[in-house]
Amino acid sequence: MYYTYAITGLILLISFIINKEKTIKAIKIATVKFKKIFPTFITMLIFISIILFLFPDEVILNYMGNNSKFISVLLASFLGSITLMPGFVAFPLCGILLTKGVPYMVLSAFTTTLMMVGIITFPIEKEYFGVKVTIIRNIISFFIALIVAVITGIFFGEIFR
Amino acid sequence: MKRNTKIKIAYISVYIFFLIISFMFEFNPGKVIGYNFISFLVYMLKILPCAFILIGLFEVWVKKEVIEKYLGEESGIKGYSLVILLAGTIAGGLLVAFPVTYSLYNKGAKLSIVFTYIGAAAICRIPMTLYEASFMGVKFTAIRLLISLPLVIITSILLGEYLTKRNYKMAEDK
Repeated sequence: MYYTYAITGLILLISFIINKEKTIKAIKIATVKFKKIFPTFITMLIFISIILFLFPDEVILNYMGNNSKFISVLLASFLGSITLMPGFVAFPLCGILLTKGVPYMVLSAFTTTLMMVGIITFPIEKEYFGVKVTIIRNIISFFIALIVAVITGIFFGEIFR
Repeated sequence: MKRNTKIKIAYISVYIFFLIISFMFEFNPGKVIGYNFISFLVYMLKILPCAFILIGLFEVWVKKEVIEKYLGEESGIKGYSLVILLAGTIAGGLLVAFPVTYSLYNKGAKLSIVFTYIGAAAICRIPMTLYEASFMGVKFTAIRLLISLPLVIITSILLGEYLTKRNYKMAEDK
């Protein structure tokens, strides 16, 4: 995180030294764009806060371990699609699930949908891409996650066990 | 004021009012929702300013011709490799990817490149991949990347071509 700030700061400084006017214009563009999308971000945060209340970590943990593998894969991809977690939370959680015996393929379905499918980010994506394309992209991503999960299962020898 | 904006203001007010009431009367679900909201808001506010400043700098410094040349209609495999590398090094995942690809698109990047960027930003950011491998093992991460990345590129090309035929345009003035 601090790394990102350091790099952004450095680039901004270099830009400022090379051309003051252009840099000020860049900051203006940044502010205008940020202001335009900010209400949509708040909307999304409201969704997230409610969904995370309905599906806390423990619930996710429970649902992914206690079923047949295929139902677990589907459930995991469903949960991954509707929740939004930063990677620094998601991967340690998956590490815990792994030690509790949750198969790799289930975790693969969960992490891939978590990263690629965004039902919660729908309001934002729609602002840029429109409703139709947003839906298509998310459906495609969901299937990619399922394919990845199945192949992960094959490689870890989980699928035929 | 537009009707849409009014609706947004209305439900955001209702939500904030609900949180205030919850905290006043010790209503637990409301408090949990409130804490969730605040923790994610802080997280967003840490990432987004950087992202938007970089987008602003990109808009003023990078010439349209450059993007058209490397990521436009004529760009081949190099374009995809370049955009995956770009997505892999930029922090923030999907949320940051949308405004970034919007700028790329307006500077002349083709649609299949735009969708590849989004997919790659989701699945193969380099710092996140290293972090993932340390928890899940290198084998898991390697399989995930080797399978999903080609699928992302193929589906992006198909979707890009389909939408180009239909004269699809991204939203204006965001």
